[in-house]
Amino acid sequence: MQIVLKGTTLLDPQQKLNHKADLLIVDGIINKVGNLSKDDYRHSTVYEFEDKYCAPGFFDMHVHLREPGREDKETILTGSNAAAAGGFTGIACMPNTNPAIESAETVRFIKEKSAPHLVEVFPIGAATHERKGEALSPMNELFEAGAVAFSDDGTAIKTASILRLCMEYAKMFDAPIIEHCEDPSMADGSMNEGFTSTTLGMLAIPSIAEDLIVMRDIMVAEYIKGKVHIAHISTKNAVELVRQAKKKGINITAEAAPHHFTLTEEAVREYDTNFKMNPPLRTKEDVDAIIEGLKDGTIDCIATDHAPHSSEEKEMEFIYAPNGIIGLETALGLAITELVEKKHLSLNQLIEKFAINPRKILNIPVPQIKEGEEANLTIFDPKEKWSVDVSKFKSKSKNSPFDKMELTGKASAVVNRGKLYFEDKFVNI
Amino acid sequence: MSLSNRHLLGLEGVPKEDIQLILDTATTFREVLERPIKKVPTLQGKTIVNLFYENSTRTRISFELAQKRLSADTVNFSTSTSSTKKGETFKDTVRNIEAMKVDMIVVRHESAGVPKYLTKISNANIVNAGDGLHEHPTQGLLDMYSIREKTGTLEGLRVCIVGDVGHSRVALSNIFGLITMGAKVSVCGPSTMMPMGIENFGVKIYNNIDKAIAENDVLNVLRIQLERKAGQTIPSTREYHNYFGITSERIEKNNKNILILHPGPINRGVEITSEVADGPYQVILDQVTNGVAVRMAVLYLLGTMH
Ligand SMILES: [Zn+2]
Repeated sequence: MQIVLKGTTLLDPQQKLNHKADLLIVDGIINKVGNLSKDDYRHSTVYEFEDKYCAPGFFDMHVHLREPGREDKETILTGSNAAAAGGFTGIACMPNTNPAIESAETVRFIKEKSAPHLVEVFPIGAATHERKGEALSPMNELFEAGAVAFSDDGTAIKTASILRLCMEYAKMFDAPIIEHCEDPSMADGSMNEGFTSTTLGMLAIPSIAEDLIVMRDIMVAEYIKGKVHIAHISTKNAVELVRQAKKKGINITAEAAPHHFTLTEEAVREYDTNFKMNPPLRTKEDVDAIIEGLKDGTIDCIATDHAPHSSEEKEMEFIYAPNGIIGLETALGLAITELVEKKHLSLNQLIEKFAINPRKILNIPVPQIKEGEEANLTIFDPKEKWSVDVSKFKSKSKNSPFDKMELTGKASAVVNRGKLYFEDKFVNI
Repeated sequence: MSLSNRHLLGLEGVPKEDIQLILDTATTFREVLERPIKKVPTLQGKTIVNLFYENSTRTRISFELAQKRLSADTVNFSTSTSSTKKGETFKDTVRNIEAMKVDMIVVRHESAGVPKYLTKISNANIVNAGDGLHEHPTQGLLDMYSIREKTGTLEGLRVCIVGDVGHSRVALSNIFGLITMGAKVSVCGPSTMMPMGIENFGVKIYNNIDKAIAENDVLNVLRIQLERKAGQTIPSTREYHNYFGITSERIEKNNKNILILHPGPINRGVEITSEVADGPYQVILDQVTNGVAVRMAVLYLLGTMH
């Protein structure tokens, strides 16, 4: 089987690629980059991607697939389909499933189940037993089975002493501890604390609940030379703490979710539960700080925190509704609309945040657009205007606050594992 | 004259003319309540559901009485637990009620925002009878009514809300309503009871009760809620009483012209002494009577809008 991706501009900051060239892909392997012969075109299925860009496949390192346990919300298959539709060729999934990802069997189950799909799924193992923060999970066994990082996401690792042990232990295989930074003693609320929560009459979560744990984690990482990754960073102070920690040479990385650089707490005013997530939407100042952090590299990557919930669950009273929104199918559009169109990030930086850095953090080889390499590609159009329609989402859940929003920038196709996803269809290539 | 909104979700953003209209209409109903036959046929044929997800006998009875005085048909749906916990979603419950063709829903719920949500899933007029720590607009209105009844005007009046402002829906409705009506609003209590950013409403904050009494015309004394998380915000009710309790001595020392309100139920000896609660400065039982008149006014104005 051979195909030609025609008309795209290749964009790969690792190789400093930024030129127009057609790609010949034979049996899933990049056979030629430019200089294709007439025969190459004649013997291939040719896909036209005029004015579109082709980059190393995008990767979302923070996804909640609900399988095993809550297949009514999302399965490995539906989550992977949503990822492909959103332009991702790889995702890492969080361990808060049922059972949690804390045995080699569960890691293998996820890997095997996702093996036939275009989208690669990398499990993140629980850091502690039952994510309770009391005893270490069998991290070595999980790592051997294919886990790429460890986290108690949903909560921070409960105590500094257990966090220290997790970090120490994970150092043996250079895996990061991914932290959901929030001090639970201050987090009994449904939105960000401030004048807005006072006006809306809701118990709220102060930004310092996040800052305190970021600070703790930085200090632990510094003390034992461990490796920590801050998930869904959402506050101005936390961004500054990470910035300073990086300057000191501490092994720390961070991700931001699209909703945290797009929306503020003001959005909660309608009490729509699709604006309820954890960490909560913060203030304009925090949003600006996150954008600044993305610009100067303090924040390494963009990750969705894709958290599917059924409409029955989400359509509850605000204080009872579960936290979280889906994000795989809107992430790229939001990033281009809010960051690229507004000149905060270049397209090269966008690709670093979407394709290169998340894999580097997880020690996953970054795909190269080079002859002889496996084709792992995202083709996207940074100028395409589209309107979000959740009813068309591939995700099994529809809990997105971005429905009906007009966005600029969309994935056109993805290629990986000998498959092409284009115009709603998977094709073996 | 009619209201500008077909729901009463809170007093935030409600225009002065609307508040004026409700208070003036309440005056008429207040007279009705003094008659031997306290019933008018104004809402005959209208069906009102009292949807109470939180235990509040007082507020419910006040609404129910207001509805009966207006000759409306009323149904009570009370439960102390969320329907969610019983397996039926809130939305389904409301859809069921909606299917019974009701004209108005009076709702009390421990989650802020539920009344607003109701406007999206129901065609009935929605009246908020208290949502979470957010608003309790009819309480705010009856407080304003009771103050105006005594002072003649709200314009320029200095009103201090005393107590656990952070865990009170009464406080917010008072702040919104009173500011709209031109009163000068302040709050007083331990700093742990002041919610984040409260000063942004333009209210003054007192941590000293003597000063608050001396510098205000009206005190609206909130109930200290020990049941809730609020309990953590003070060391003990004894200490609260010693530093913030309203006593005759404090009133006589600082301001003998003060008017005392309390939304009830009273914790005697905590936020207020019995002497004050039953004494000459307060209008606590008037508030209860006025509550029925104000709720009649709200239901009447909303129920006859279209
Ligand atoms: Zn999280």
